[in-house]
Amino acid sequence: MKNNAYLIKQISIFSENKPGKLAHVAKVFQDANVNMMSFSIAEAEGFGVIRALVDKPEMAFSSLSKKGIHVAYTDVIAVRMKNQPGGLYEVAAALAEAAVNIEYSYAFAGCHQATLILRVDDIDAAIDIIQKSGAYVLKPEELLCPCE
Amino acid sequence: MFRDKAIETLSSEGLQKLQIERLQQTLKRAQSVPFYRERCKEIGIAPHDIQTYDDVRKLPFTTKKDLQEGYPFGFLAVPMSEVVRIHTTSGTTGKPTVVAYTAEDLESWSELIARNLTMAGMTSDDIFQNMVNYGMFTGGLGFHYGSEKIGAVTIPSATGNTHRQIEMLSDFGVTAIHCTPSYAMRIVEVVEEMGMSLPKLKYGLFGAEPWSEAVRAELEKRLGVEAFDSYGMSELFGPGVAFECPEHDGLHIWHDAYYVEIIDPKTGENLPPGVRGELVVTPLLKYAMPLLRYRTGDITMLMPEPCPCGRGMRIARLTGRTDDMLIIRGINVFPSQIEHIVMQIPGVGDQFMVTIERVNHLDEMSISVEITDDVFNGELDQLTKLQSRLVDELKERLELRTTIRLVERGSLPRFEGKAKRVIDLREGM
Repeated sequence: MKNNAYLIKQISIFSENKPGKLAHVAKVFQDANVNMMSFSIAEAEGFGVIRALVDKPEMAFSSLSKKGIHVAYTDVIAVRMKNQPGGLYEVAAALAEAAVNIEYSYAFAGCHQATLILRVDDIDAAIDIIQKSGAYVLKPEELLCPCE
Repeated sequence: MFRDKAIETLSSEGLQKLQIERLQQTLKRAQSVPFYRERCKEIGIAPHDIQTYDDVRKLPFTTKKDLQEGYPFGFLAVPMSEVVRIHTTSGTTGKPTVVAYTAEDLESWSELIARNLTMAGMTSDDIFQNMVNYGMFTGGLGFHYGSEKIGAVTIPSATGNTHRQIEMLSDFGVTAIHCTPSYAMRIVEVVEEMGMSLPKLKYGLFGAEPWSEAVRAELEKRLGVEAFDSYGMSELFGPGVAFECPEHDGLHIWHDAYYVEIIDPKTGENLPPGVRGELVVTPLLKYAMPLLRYRTGDITMLMPEPCPCGRGMRIARLTGRTDDMLIIRGINVFPSQIEHIVMQIPGVGDQFMVTIERVNHLDEMSISVEITDDVFNGELDQLTKLQSRLVDELKERLELRTTIRLVERGSLPRFEGKAKRVIDLREGM
């Protein structure tokens, strides 16, 4: 892996699908003073995985583990898009052309920029392709919006 | 190792002579109990009528219900002045049953336990921590006296305070433990959480509930013990009735103290070795409360082959009780079968819980299963595979469709005594 500097550690959390589970995770983050920039929930039968981007991944990981919550790191990449029509197309089309598969994705928008989070099957190739397409791949330290 | 080789390996004519003699004596002692006196009179049977094993079939059965109706002392065959101790059954089913002991009874009982411990390999060099209830439950005092009899250091730690238990196991250099298999799993879990190891531990004696080979493998691997299955019930003294030898292939049920039959629970007909049915026992050495053909409610079979160790009659490991057998959509299922299937699948943690409901007039079984840390790699995929593997295995082995709920480690209840892993929410059950 040559593009290590661009790897972003997403926190993936196992959660039973029942009331109070998300609140429980959110409380652990609050107590550990961990800020969530974005998250999504993927659901299966009776359980799901909470995927979160946080400012302090190590702190988030150890706080959750200590509470007995099953947690894992997942490598994802973050791409800055123009917050306007066609912004997503450029990135998705470039990956499609190179046959890199997007396993899942979610996005968040702040100020004038939008950030796309991608989990792909070939992360190294994806970074090269997106950079060649002219889009900007964020490093972990660039995730927080400059205005915050 | 043998404690009493002559008795333990007694066979053919010698054994038959001893058993028939003791059956006659038992029937004679039972005549002091009005319940038996009346039954025997009705049938017209007297002690000298028992000359062969076939004659035993003429004797009446005794059920748990009979004993409960005799509450508290209706089944005593001796004056109260000869009774030295009373226990009650754990009350897993219905109200408690009183069991009483004379001094001879206590002596016979502890001798049987001592025989079991010796058979497992324990000696006076061992340090034994007895992690079961010491109250009315027979498991505590029963093992306690047996262990003292072989001269082992005996620690009456009873149940509760798992951290303190583990501290003693470690600090006292304990070599042998006795507890329920579910509590042993809890001990393993906490030992691992504490980052400790128990290198001195050699023998794990587990009983009071059915447990699977999958649990045996886990306990042997993670506790570093040789695990022995122990069987008994209060009505038959308590634990110690049958026990595994180091062959770990069935439990020797002590032929000098118990006469054993296996019957079809529906018809009462005797079943041959190799066929599973209900275990029926006539204790041969009980004075305070002699019993005739006691229906234990436990399901097992007589093992048809002799054991290489040279000892006598073996019964197969218990798969369950006639009264904990679940009937789901007309299919008979024992919780121990579910345990066996579920626990051997990688990714499944230490605990599970079965819930049965009736939805739209159909029985629905759902099983909550704790997952291990290493099975969760951050993706849904691996967990959905685990879920469908569980559903498929259960479908194939039990012919039942189940819903599997994957839950977090530590979220299901832990048990110190007998585990209650089934919640049956069907009406009228």
